[in-house]
Amino acid sequence: MITKESVAHVAELAKLQFTDEELQHFTGQLDEILNMVDQLSEVDTEGVPVTTQNVVLENVLRADEATMVTPRDELMRNVPTEKDGLIQVPAIIDKEED
Amino acid sequence: MNFETTIGLEVHIELKTKSKMYSPAPVTYGAEPNTATNVIDWGYPGVLPSANRGAYSLGIMVALALHADITRFTHFDRKNYFYADNPKAYQITQSETPLATNGYVEIEVDGHTKKIGIEELHVEEDAGKNTHAGDGYSYVDLNRQGTPLIEIVSKPDIKSPEEAYQYLETLRQIVQFTGASDVKMEEGSMRADSNLSVRPIGQKEYGTKTEIKNVNSFNYVRSALAFEQKRQIGLLMAGKTIRPETRRWDEPTKSTILMRVKEGADDYRYFPEPDLPPVVVSQEWVDEVAAKLPEAPTARRQRYVHELGLPEYDAGVLTNTKEMSDYFDQVVALGADPKQASNYLMGDVSAYLNDQQVELQDIALTPEHLAAMIKLISDGTISSKIAKKVIAEIIKNDTDPEAWVKAKGMVQESDPAVLTPIITDILDANEQSIEDFKNGKDRAIGYLIGQIMKQTRGKANPKVVNQILMQEIKQR
Amino acid sequence: MDYYKTNIDQLHADLVAGKITSADLTADTFKAIAAKDGEVQAFLALNQEAATASAANQDDQGIDADATLAGIPVAIKDNIVTKDLTTTAASKMLANFVPIYDATVIERLQQAGMIVVGKTNMDEFAMGSSTENSAMKITKNAWDHTKVPGGSSGGSAAAVAAGEVLVALGSDTGGSIRQPAAFNGVVGFKPTYGRVSRWGLIAFGSSLDAIGTLTRNVRDSAHVMNAIIGADEHDTTTVPRPQEDLGAKIGQSVQGMKIALPKEYLGKGVDAGVRAQIEAAADQFRAMGATVETVSLPHTQYAVPTYYIIASSEASSNLQRFDGIRYGFRAKDVQSLDSVYVRSRSEGFGDEVKRRIMLGTFSLSAGFYDAYFKKAAQVRTLISRDFENVFKEYDLVMGPTTPTTAFGIGAKVTDPLTMYMNDILTIPVNLAGLPAASVNAGFVDGMPVGLQLIGKAFDEATIYQAAAAFEDANDYKDQTPGGQN
Ligand SMILES: [Mg+2]
Ligand SMILES: [Zn+2]
Repeated sequence: MITKESVAHVAELAKLQFTDEELQHFTGQLDEILNMVDQLSEVDTEGVPVTTQNVVLENVLRADEATMVTPRDELMRNVPTEKDGLIQVPAIIDKEED
Repeated sequence: MNFETTIGLEVHIELKTKSKMYSPAPVTYGAEPNTATNVIDWGYPGVLPSANRGAYSLGIMVALALHADITRFTHFDRKNYFYADNPKAYQITQSETPLATNGYVEIEVDGHTKKIGIEELHVEEDAGKNTHAGDGYSYVDLNRQGTPLIEIVSKPDIKSPEEAYQYLETLRQIVQFTGASDVKMEEGSMRADSNLSVRPIGQKEYGTKTEIKNVNSFNYVRSALAFEQKRQIGLLMAGKTIRPETRRWDEPTKSTILMRVKEGADDYRYFPEPDLPPVVVSQEWVDEVAAKLPEAPTARRQRYVHELGLPEYDAGVLTNTKEMSDYFDQVVALGADPKQASNYLMGDVSAYLNDQQVELQDIALTPEHLAAMIKLISDGTISSKIAKKVIAEIIKNDTDPEAWVKAKGMVQESDPAVLTPIITDILDANEQSIEDFKNGKDRAIGYLIGQIMKQTRGKANPKVVNQILMQEIKQR
Repeated sequence: MDYYKTNIDQLHADLVAGKITSADLTADTFKAIAAKDGEVQAFLALNQEAATASAANQDDQGIDADATLAGIPVAIKDNIVTKDLTTTAASKMLANFVPIYDATVIERLQQAGMIVVGKTNMDEFAMGSSTENSAMKITKNAWDHTKVPGGSSGGSAAAVAAGEVLVALGSDTGGSIRQPAAFNGVVGFKPTYGRVSRWGLIAFGSSLDAIGTLTRNVRDSAHVMNAIIGADEHDTTTVPRPQEDLGAKIGQSVQGMKIALPKEYLGKGVDAGVRAQIEAAADQFRAMGATVETVSLPHTQYAVPTYYIIASSEASSNLQRFDGIRYGFRAKDVQSLDSVYVRSRSEGFGDEVKRRIMLGTFSLSAGFYDAYFKKAAQVRTLISRDFENVFKEYDLVMGPTTPTTAFGIGAKVTDPLTMYMNDILTIPVNLAGLPAASVNAGFVDGMPVGLQLIGKAFDEATIYQAAAAFEDANDYKDQTPGGQN
């Protein structure tokens, strides 16, 4: 049973916000979905490897050559606000750089 | 109560490549904002990454230099977090299967050698850059976004701020010698995050650690850790508890300052990157990289001391940078006396570099001409006094020393057939001095040599002059 | 031009012979769209000016006899980026987004001389099975305007079924080409994962997404697929292979072909009328000399939960880039970076997208990863193994594409779980990365039924062979909405 609090925590990670009513509604729906998903626990997966790709390839690597630059004014076409070739965003407060 | 300190270091090093880790955009430093990027770096809708083989090879090279075990089957992972300099809101990194594990670095502390273990090394991409203007906005430049990085995580073997300093210095030097990175703290191509905890001696569990981020010199890392060590011990002695915090070094106040208290671990929601096929590192690939791995600084120091007979001090200075060490090796390979080569590189050449604020690779002087000059000294063609003038000239203009000393008439006179008549003439004219010398007045010999030098305008080889002079006096 | 009565081979012959021009064909396409789209609502954007110009250009150059696709119009699902042509993924988040590069499939279609006429409606970011999750408009099923066209490639399917355009591209993450193809009685084709470049496809579930076709007949599908397949340096998950004609076996008999019919695909939840049509199709294959035998794909029932965990996890990460910083919707009056994120994403995404982001974020989060994401990734392996086992003995797997025919608009949209169960028969294919087609297998109460044919990895040719044989043995493709036979 997923709680409203944990749904709120997930929303924070996902950078989404919900009204209290929406949160209630979402919690109910997510709970139903997770109930459905919980069927998986009946499958014996002991020793079964994961599949995270359907790729039969390996080592598809690029030579170290600089071959692709997108002109700045093209990139800037969709930027909501810019200044002097930089993307402008409302001030970043209180967060160290990773 | 006595405490034990444990320090962990996470070092990020930018790899020296032409293109980015997952995009074929150029890697630049100091370009106009957002001019060295493409739609991949911007995380445009629909774009996909492609991994850079050259960068991965450099990663393997660093791993080999750190004696780490290369992981044969690896995949990339996504590390998810939102930030303005992180366009996809995930960083493509290696979490489950890092490029290499279980390496080490040997450091010197208090005259002892200590092994510091390396937990793992992985390749990943750098973020862009935010600048925080005072106008209520921040500004994003994505030129750095995607630059290949290797992250090196130490084992909890570092026990003091001094060890941390030595570890960083040694690591910088080792990586510098691989040529995989410029490892310049000032340009951000090497960055260190550290964490520190203390615990009463005898306690099994580690204490609560605090992290120190964004410190831009090794000295500051040492100072910050020393401050942090004292601060934590102080808190424990006062019966207080340590909070898991991220702090930063504040140079003006020489203290660490709280940035934020960590509430629970960060949740980066790592999962395998579906857009990139796995990387399988074959023995051939490792061998190919190993063949290009330059000799490590420790090996070079040992060779300098044991094979070339240099003092430990010289060996240390010469292996400060790969450029210096390579240069020295070339000069010696060209036949120059190792000690002379060392003296000139540590002396005149280094002084010139300092004075001009330039790097060895930026000056005109070629190893060929430095070696040639040293040979001129060794075979007595020039005096060490003349050499002073020659070195000044060749450093600046890379002049051919042999041609130059000839043209300037600076060649030393060593031929006894030329020198003997000059010396006998002078002796004939200075009977009194011979008498004085035989009566024990050593000063008299100095006078005689001065006369000979005056006569030969300083070009007589002092060693040869001395020999002939003694012989001649004995005969009288 | 009446698209119900023609096909690419016919048009190509007429173009080469000079009986028609690409300009005529393109003008007719826009006429058909103007006449029908008011009702069907399949298109989000029309590319009339550029399409008209490139058609004229094709005519000037002359149509080469071996350029089968030259001069022929095509519609594109709106999650495939088209340079200078608004691409929204049917989301408010990208309502004004103008791509600055072309998807690889667009480049390849243009190289083949095709004329891009417009962008089709879809579920927002391809999340849905009815196209009702579009933030833009409600598309109608071509056969019954009170019913959904299916999704998420509902616009492409409806446009082709309604006779607005001959062929369209779609994308298929869990059935998003095949299910709307089934609902609209057209041919939907999803290639093997790695066959077609995803460069320029706005990612949903990266390990599942595939671009494919929606067409009126099997041969047209093979023609268009042939133009877009092949390795691409921009997508390192594409597989390099020698040049192939996926339609090479079209026209060959199915005599001796071994077809598996999984019992789970005709189990509970599958409508009796649909089952009857599929059983009839099995009999038809037998009559043509193929063997059709019942097999088991025992993990089929776990495909839906497995899929929703994996697709949503990948989507939660893929959709983080929509943060209001570099492109797309940015909320008004935002004071801090965090509020740019939270407000832009909360206002820019619709409910279904948020639901999947939430499910995916949860599945990957600390403490839940092993029980959800990892568990699903393990079950995925078992689902793939089920297929591997069957393909040791069989050439193809057949079954219905969907458990029911198209449902009514509004019937399921409020109940996500029922909606998800609609994809139970298409999802296993994406989890295993296999190729599959949906072809019309007749009608139940006037609504089309889809026959799904699933092949071995990179064996699209056998799917096309069987699909063409089935299509030729029936007249379903000649039946058209509104009773125009
Ligand atoms: Mg990392
Ligand atoms: Zn890192």
